[in-house]
Amino acid sequence: MNHWIIAPIVLPALLAPFIVLAARYHIGIQRAFSVAGVLMLVGIAAGLAVQVSGGDIVLYQLSDWAAPFGIVLVGDRLSTLMVLLTAVLALFVLLYAIGSGWDNRGRHFHALFQFQLMGIMGAFLTGDLFNLFVFFEVLLIASYGLMIHAGGNARLRAGVQYVLFNLIGSTLFLFALGSIYAETGTLNMADLANRVALIAPEDTVGIRVAAVLLLLVFAIKAAVVPLHFWLPSSYAEAPAPVAALFAIMTKVGAYAIIRVYTMIFPPDLAVTAGLHDLWLLPAALLSLAVGMVGVLAAKRLDRLVAFSVIGSMGMVMVSISLFTPAGIAAALYYIVHSTLAGAALFLISDLVRTGRANLELTAQPPVAGTALTAALFFAGAIAMAGLPPLSGFLGKMLVLDAAYTSDLMVWIWVIVLGSSLISIVGFARAGSTLFWKAHSITLPEDAVVMSRPAPLSYVAVGGLISLLVAHTVFAGQMHAYTTSMAAQLFTPEPYISTVVDTPGKMSKPTKKDH
Amino acid sequence: MEFLVASAVGVMTAGGLYLMFRLRTFPVILGMSLLTYAVNVFLFASGRLTTGAPPILSDGVSVYTDPLPQALVLTAIVISFGMTAVVVMIGLGAFLGSDDDHVDDQLDDENEEARGKS
Repeated sequence: MNHWIIAPIVLPALLAPFIVLAARYHIGIQRAFSVAGVLMLVGIAAGLAVQVSGGDIVLYQLSDWAAPFGIVLVGDRLSTLMVLLTAVLALFVLLYAIGSGWDNRGRHFHALFQFQLMGIMGAFLTGDLFNLFVFFEVLLIASYGLMIHAGGNARLRAGVQYVLFNLIGSTLFLFALGSIYAETGTLNMADLANRVALIAPEDTVGIRVAAVLLLLVFAIKAAVVPLHFWLPSSYAEAPAPVAALFAIMTKVGAYAIIRVYTMIFPPDLAVTAGLHDLWLLPAALLSLAVGMVGVLAAKRLDRLVAFSVIGSMGMVMVSISLFTPAGIAAALYYIVHSTLAGAALFLISDLVRTGRANLELTAQPPVAGTALTAALFFAGAIAMAGLPPLSGFLGKMLVLDAAYTSDLMVWIWVIVLGSSLISIVGFARAGSTLFWKAHSITLPEDAVVMSRPAPLSYVAVGGLISLLVAHTVFAGQMHAYTTSMAAQLFTPEPYISTVVDTPGKMSKPTKKDH
Repeated sequence: MEFLVASAVGVMTAGGLYLMFRLRTFPVILGMSLLTYAVNVFLFASGRLTTGAPPILSDGVSVYTDPLPQALVLTAIVISFGMTAVVVMIGLGAFLGSDDDHVDDQLDDENEEARGKS
């Protein structure tokens, strides 16, 4: 058995306590280990992604127990790509946190950061629903600590909302798991896929309730309107590098929806008919509209970026809820884009914050280091609003193309294109107020000269933007790969048979095993 | 027994939900804990209710209780207990810092003045 697939979970899990216990008072050592750990994660994740790119399914049975008795980790094209995306994002976010000194404004940033990575990686790799819940909790409890890192009243208040909302989500998740277990007697995803298909049509009440509850839980994670209320204040108040890392957390919800609703409750299953096109799609369109109107209405830059994240999640969910191979492929392309663009924008808003008294979108004296920050904001805003030439435009085109055959095609096109226009106006307004109008203000005599952000901060943001450029330049290859990913998702039989049929302990229970 | 367990889950969920929709941190946290109790009992019942049956395979026994929900409940209890502790600490920090324990967003200055006048 190949042990590399558990490395993305074990490595941060070991590194985090080491940082807490051994390097508690030495920020330098913490930084060195944290960066080294994330670099190794990038390497491992890239290796895993290459290993499964041919279409193999990598299975890891913990303690060699066979599924469905033991917990399994499964790597396929989708999960390894998400792991790689997380590792790369974490690297740039970490560089920014170090460059801007955010990691030194409170205790234990690096340890919590590693625990957060452990939770995210685990959520992407696990093949068991209850294990998914556990990894959700790991990533959440680390995120509670990160979210209130460096303290402050506004942040603590937003933290309370964030924690409470996520606790409600976790409780719902448990209710969903309880009903699924009561109906099927298993929580292994591959095993569930087999058993749900066997349930007689007249006995589906329980499993339908469970499917809806599960969708609600993942929709909370993915911040789909009307379950998005936790996102704006918590993302806006969280420290910028943390908010940037959180850009992947909404994608965990999207990933879980893709995984569960292509494998356990596939689109052609009669039990859950109507869930995607009647409920999820309108909600997704609504989140797209709400997010982009929020971009236009925001009074502060950090809120603006938070609403743009809601909008881009709306776009992802629109594409997912089509539940066609083309739709999923477009959604996956857009997920990579939206993670990188959202993270870059959160970091840029912190660059502005460093050189300015506050983030309010009113005319104020120029931002320190205007030229470079403004250029980065311009690139980030183009990407997020979906203007050519960056990947947002290509992603949106793919989504529109995938929606062409949908029954709701008119609605989708109108809302996607209309909300894009609104977000362009919103970003243009914010950028011109922040960077251009500032030059018409005469500086007061006693003006405090703000310091420029550190060079490493610019390197981190520039790295994210250049990844976006690469995502655009290699769009053909990326889209081909996401298409093959979608094909793999829509033919789950190899995944299921790999998980269920691989021998391990207990696969053929004998008297001796008692 | 089924009725007792089912109504316990139902009553605790209802009470928890009611408290959770309150405006201040303390009732909301109480509501959260009630809801986690409800979900724990619910999870426990998801393996069907049996009394006096062993959870481990043994000779000469034909009725078993499902051991998996017990393991799941244990995990869920530990996690929800830890999470409640975290939210109490954060809520306490927010209350001590701003002398206000509302869970909704802080009003901006204009609204604050309007509220002061009314």
